Amino acid sequence: MSIAAPEPKANMGQPVPRYDAVAKVTGMAKYAADMPLANPAYAYLVTSAIAKGRIDSFELTEARNIRGVIDIVTHENAEKLKDVKLFSEGGYMSTTVQPLKSADVAHDGQIIAVVLADTFEAGREAAHRVKVNYRPATPSTTFDSPGTTSGPAKGQASRFKEDPKVGDFAKAFDEAEVKITASYETPTQHHNPMELFATSCVWTGDNLTIYEPSQYVYGLKNGVAAQLGIDADKVRVINYYVGGAFGSKGSTTPRTAIMASLARRLNRPVKLVPTRDQGFTIATYRAETRHQIQIGANRDGKLVALRHEGAEVSSRPDAYVVGGTKTTTRLYACPNVDSLVSIVHADRNTPGFMRSPPEVPYLFALESAMDELAVKLNMDPIELRRVNDTMKEPIGGKPYTSRSLMACFDEGARAFGWSQRSAAPKSMTDGDWLVGYGCATTCYPTQMAPAAARVRLQRDGRVRVEIAGHEIGNGAYTVIGQAAAEKLGVPFENVSVHIGDSDLPPAPVAGGSNSTASTCSAVMMVCDQIRQRLFRALMPNESVIDKAKETVGMGQTPVAESANSGRPLDREKAFDALGVSVVEEYGEWKPEDAPKDSFRAMQQGQVRIVGGSAMSDKIAYAFGAEFVEVRIDKWTHEIRIPRLVGAFAAGHIMNPRTARSQLMGGLIWGMSSALLEATELDPRYGRYVNDNLADYLLPVNADVQDVEVIMLSEQDDHINPAGVKGLGELANVGTNAAVCNAIFHATGQRIRKLPVRLENLEV
Amino acid sequence: MRSFTYQRVTDPSAAIQALAMAVANNNPPTEATAQPLAGGTTLIDLMKLDVMRPRTVVDINPLASTWSAINLDGGNLRLGALARMSDVAANPEIQRNYPVIADSLRLAASPQLRNMATLGGNVLQRTRCTYFRDISYANCNKRDPGSGCAALDGFNRMHAVLGTSEQCIATYPGDFAQALIALDATVEITGKSGVRNIPFAQLHKPPDDSPQIETTLAPGELISAFTVSGRWPRSVYLKARDRQSYEFALSSAAVALDVQDGVISDARVALGGLATVPWRAREAEALIKGQKFDEALAQRVADAALAGAQGRRHNAFKIALGKRVVARALHQAATMEI
Repeated sequence: MSIAAPEPKANMGQPVPRYDAVAKVTGMAKYAADMPLANPAYAYLVTSAIAKGRIDSFELTEARNIRGVIDIVTHENAEKLKDVKLFSEGGYMSTTVQPLKSADVAHDGQIIAVVLADTFEAGREAAHRVKVNYRPATPSTTFDSPGTTSGPAKGQASRFKEDPKVGDFAKAFDEAEVKITASYETPTQHHNPMELFATSCVWTGDNLTIYEPSQYVYGLKNGVAAQLGIDADKVRVINYYVGGAFGSKGSTTPRTAIMASLARRLNRPVKLVPTRDQGFTIATYRAETRHQIQIGANRDGKLVALRHEGAEVSSRPDAYVVGGTKTTTRLYACPNVDSLVSIVHADRNTPGFMRSPPEVPYLFALESAMDELAVKLNMDPIELRRVNDTMKEPIGGKPYTSRSLMACFDEGARAFGWSQRSAAPKSMTDGDWLVGYGCATTCYPTQMAPAAARVRLQRDGRVRVEIAGHEIGNGAYTVIGQAAAEKLGVPFENVSVHIGDSDLPPAPVAGGSNSTASTCSAVMMVCDQIRQRLFRALMPNESVIDKAKETVGMGQTPVAESANSGRPLDREKAFDALGVSVVEEYGEWKPEDAPKDSFRAMQQGQVRIVGGSAMSDKIAYAFGAEFVEVRIDKWTHEIRIPRLVGAFAAGHIMNPRTARSQLMGGLIWGMSSALLEATELDPRYGRYVNDNLADYLLPVNADVQDVEVIMLSEQDDHINPAGVKGLGELANVGTNAAVCNAIFHATGQRIRKLPVRLENLEV
Repeated sequence: MRSFTYQRVTDPSAAIQALAMAVANNNPPTEATAQPLAGGTTLIDLMKLDVMRPRTVVDINPLASTWSAINLDGGNLRLGALARMSDVAANPEIQRNYPVIADSLRLAASPQLRNMATLGGNVLQRTRCTYFRDISYANCNKRDPGSGCAALDGFNRMHAVLGTSEQCIATYPGDFAQALIALDATVEITGKSGVRNIPFAQLHKPPDDSPQIETTLAPGELISAFTVSGRWPRSVYLKARDRQSYEFALSSAAVALDVQDGVISDARVALGGLATVPWRAREAEALIKGQKFDEALAQRVADAALAGAQGRRHNAFKIALGKRVVARALHQAATMEI
């Protein structure tokens, strides 16, 4: 055991090393753009230099004359692909803006032409020589820009079903002893996964293979098929590894079907590796948000009234919304709650999910306001959370399946040394540094979705698991392999895991932290089916087994007690009794509360995620408490974070090693989000300015000093068979607020707009 | 990036000849059709972005055998232009006698870049103005003279507050140059008609009405060395930035003092991250000489150093920041143990 591989506590799996560790560190792991292709043509994108207007004409002669150029495709000669709905409106797409369809430009960096060439270099040179004559119009860029339209999310975004409210907020707030009203802002941010948005398309007859980093191979397969107007069974998506995604690779972007269309037209594989700056506009992003929080409380800290109003930016045609009030209105006990989320439509590309939607922007507002309330009450911020802790969410009165928030605060506070904090702002210094301690709650809904798996067990104990899951750095290979190994009683090394291929049984999108819970629950269920067959061979007369219904392949499979109980199995004897060498099972698992069409939708690449606050009789979240030490140079006002401590409870931890890594990455991203990350817009042009990794700042090693992750033991039997809450998106939720709360403690200055930069501090 | 001819030269005269071949027109050196390649950390970037479009790239790395020496003979310093940033930063003699030089190099870029980048290329590093580096923005007088300046009223947080003009506010991004200008370094330039020497302060040109002309180098000339007279053990380079490493200065200061019996007999103050060119604050220096150091003096010097600064929408904070950085650097230099 080591720091990287923590000793498992109760209800935690073994910290086995990553299944794909050696492949990754030796460079043997093949990412999409590494897949060998026979004689590919290279595509290079030309993207718009205006955010709104029309293309009058292209001047292509110079570009066409570059040696190696095959063709240049624009709206004038591109195949017209079929319109497909936004993923959140029953379709697949990240945007309904269809590039290369008309002369219209709807956003900055829209794909307006594709150069096809024999080499990447020729394509790039020709792209730089393409001249475009635009007829620009004035774009409406963001909040407050003239020409935007806005309205409530409810009614225009079908995913957004409610503005949660209960009691009489106005009256309670009016009568409250202590009140806070404050506004907060979060910036535009881009995921910037290390792996670019590469796509290769290869046709074999009328079968299409796509190599593309995707968080949802079934979604991409079906989305591209719908755009091309072909049978989804003819499309296969392969990505054995995804080099980071963070939400940006979850829905189908327009580029993929364009590449498929061009490959069909050329009758030759087409390979696209877009540039870093193109990644800012051909995929999604986290749009800027605004919030107003009103809290009314009694002098003892008990909340009596809470209102959260959020506003978000989306594109003109699409009503994309993250809408985090479903979480912020339910986090603390409060009898009178109100909320409203609205969408502002601007001339922008359509935003999308970004780790961790929607809690990151919404909890920044609430957890900052809670800290402001604690200051106003002259109360320790941890005690304020304790006073308002609840096992029952206030909107519908549903019980939390488990909630270890205060245990996380207590463990985290101990590890961090919270008791050393002197409460008054600006009261702690160290030489030239102002020192501040801050904390915040973090949480993320426990979500699950239907998944299918095929598992094969050999007499010699070797196991093959097949499920179209996604290795996005989350440790999917590893935890899926562990789930099978534990269920079937074989060493982890015996399991081969096959994921990242849409020809395998469907798994849901690797998003919303549902992946481990869903895929492991499915794999465990199918392993139980195998155990059941083996037990039946060994004990044909045992009555408990006869009670189990045979529903393999028909849906959720009830499994007999004896097969389910973890009872050891004499595998070789069972195989001999069966008289076979291999047992293979396929099964489809769905969570409680999943809608009736779940399995059909699953096959069609339409995920039916359930959980969080949306369950009928309960509510399930993972929780954590985060602590930040901030240091501010008195002279330069430079802000540094020497220490981050997070304590988390997320049900069954499949693997403390991969879990720690995820949580640590989340804390680091949270710090980055608080201090560094913002995509700057030039409002005159509606364009991104710092669309590269030199100017869109991320932390470097020197910025990340001491990061401590504590995992609490927690057992929850009310969520899914794996008992897993999911934690990929848990850790970076509360960090923004914890950093700002620490900055307040260090300086006495409350920063309500992210990111916090040295010029925002007056000190 | 456009296709180009790669030419490798093994002696200085061949380099000068190869570069001079392409300078028939009157383009400034940055627009010449032949460009020298040393570490490549700026040139290759800008070629990939299609900002620089040389037809010939002349690889001068083989000249390192004669042009990369680090020499501290007779109390003076001579640095070959092809010395790597990392080698100079790691040199114990330079760390002891010229901490401002060692630190300006050490605090620049990342280890990987410092291992590649040369001193000559470093001082000629071009601005990081995003409107300059992204050719999809039409208005950039530096890239396309007469087209305007998108940064004036654009997102200009990183831009200059000193030495600006209505044509250009792009910041000179380097660190090492501030040390050189502070120490009154000399630049040795090798060209067609031999070697000439100029004060480092005369190397860069402020944008004025022609921001496309960045230096006084003639087309085809190469920097071959830098020299500094005397030793400056009481010197510091202080750099304020958004992250702890691998980031350009929001504001930096190179300060060198000569203190005799508690009285400052000589003082040098240069500013980075604030100006369109390497920036020497001579008026500020004049306030120090003959004085004893105290914090009030530091404050007056800092105010004088930024006296002419002009902020714009997103970079106005740099004026106050610059003052604090200068005051802090003075304090560090005055109180350092040597």
